[in-house]
Amino acid sequence: MNYYGIRAIYRFEMARMRRTLMQSVASPVISTCLYFVVFGSAIGSRMGEIDNISYGAFIIPGLVMLSLLMQSISNASFGIYMPKFSGTIYEVLSAPVSYVEVVLGYVGAAATKSVILGLIILATARLFVDYDVLHPFWMFAFLVLTSITFSLFGFIIGIWADGFEKLQIVPMMIVTPLVFLGGTFYSIDMLPDVWQTISLFNPVVYLISGFRWAFYGVSDVHVGISVGMTLMFLTACMITIWWIFRTGYRLRS
Amino acid sequence: MQPDISVKHLNKVYADGFQALKDINLDITPGEIFALLGPNGAGKTTLISIICGIVNKSSGDVQAAGYDIVRDYRKARESIGLVPQELNTDAFETVWDAVSFSRGLFGKAPKPAHIEKVLKDLSLWDKRNNRIMSLSGGMKRRVMIAKALSHEPRILFLDEPTAGVDVELRRDMWEMVRKLRENGVTIILTTHYIEEAEEMADRIGVIRQGEIILVEDKDRLMSKLGKKELRLQLQHPLEKVPGELVLEPVELSEDGYELIYTFDSQQEQAGVARLLRLLGDMGIDYRDLRTRESSLEEIFVGLVHE
Repeated sequence: MNYYGIRAIYRFEMARMRRTLMQSVASPVISTCLYFVVFGSAIGSRMGEIDNISYGAFIIPGLVMLSLLMQSISNASFGIYMPKFSGTIYEVLSAPVSYVEVVLGYVGAAATKSVILGLIILATARLFVDYDVLHPFWMFAFLVLTSITFSLFGFIIGIWADGFEKLQIVPMMIVTPLVFLGGTFYSIDMLPDVWQTISLFNPVVYLISGFRWAFYGVSDVHVGISVGMTLMFLTACMITIWWIFRTGYRLRS
Repeated sequence: MQPDISVKHLNKVYADGFQALKDINLDITPGEIFALLGPNGAGKTTLISIICGIVNKSSGDVQAAGYDIVRDYRKARESIGLVPQELNTDAFETVWDAVSFSRGLFGKAPKPAHIEKVLKDLSLWDKRNNRIMSLSGGMKRRVMIAKALSHEPRILFLDEPTAGVDVELRRDMWEMVRKLRENGVTIILTTHYIEEAEEMADRIGVIRQGEIILVEDKDRLMSKLGKKELRLQLQHPLEKVPGELVLEPVELSEDGYELIYTFDSQQEQAGVARLLRLLGDMGIDYRDLRTRESSLEEIFVGLVHE
């Protein structure tokens, strides 16, 4: 195992975060705070409780998940796309590092940044809304598992993308709508039957539901199914990355 | 002696069907400076990229430092440093961080003393805390070399190392390459500057349309394929080449004042003596004569246009 290689990539990526603190941390924290102010405090105070949870507290897991997914994808996709764009990828490809080590470096750093961001957002949410964490271990486990899974997904997007537009398409056009329609602002029990069934095809429903269960002990779907679906997506991402490195897709001609 | 680089029956066909390399066979001896020459698109960079692991081979075997580049890729790549043609650097990193990153990536423990030595050797020490984006093109090229040397490789690939750098920096780089060779580093360079190959290389390889058409010791190549030219400045101009000399490889300059005789350098002076005798017999006087050997550039141009 090339531990120095993993460390070099990891530290390089973390240094990128420190260089771009405004973009990496401040920006997502501020935009999530705006959601808390608007939906949690302003509108939330006029809304009824959902599953005996105040509306402001109810939306916290969904909003944290929104930032987590977006930042995991963004961090990991930029991390691997930028060397491709600038040409510095030659160094990684010619180094004695296996693809597992490359992924550990890039995805590890992206997931670390997302977990840090998620914890900052949770801490910031305390300023606006009072909330409990019923299962802290599972809350943290979901945070880490989701960060890793979607960082792997972002890594795939970064390799697939051959322009900045493609880099933005998946997070903006697919992930954001899925998060908004995945129960961030409501429980899917509140939807008509048809839409409840349709919602079950949205993978983000399982993430938010499981995460919300860790906070309040209530969920739209069983927590075991949430964990299973997340692990399934994680496995799919790992298989895709294995295939990418095996074939050299968009990395080695 | 086991070669540092061994390439056997290497082929590369890209996805679009273009065959970039055709049955390449090449051995590079430890400690030598090998110059790979060829016109644009001949396959130089593809060959280097395959050896370094950036491009997948289609078939054939490649070993670096005695290790197969696929089966023992870690060992093979550890021994190689690559300075690519393009100035690909992370603009926002400092020089020190960028070079340290490269050392770590190649699996070596931090060794600040070595990084310091490399930066000093390349006159980058004063710039170690500067961001790469603030450096000139020549300095960025030095950073690329520093990165390639950061993990103390025994084989160094220099792909067009002095493209776009000024004469002074080019001379500095030649000096650095010589020092590296003295320390036992094997150097493979591709270049468009034939002067560079002529100045530094021990052996020359010429690649054309994906095929190695020649590998030869530089001095032997120059004596084998080089031409010599004898120029005789005449006392009185001639209107045309005299009939007695028609069968000789002799040309007349436009103003008629110079007879130019071209001969193989290996032919030595036999033809020259005969020519001078003939001129004497014909009563053609000359006031000066000079000879000149063809450069590697002329040999190269001759080879790739054959």
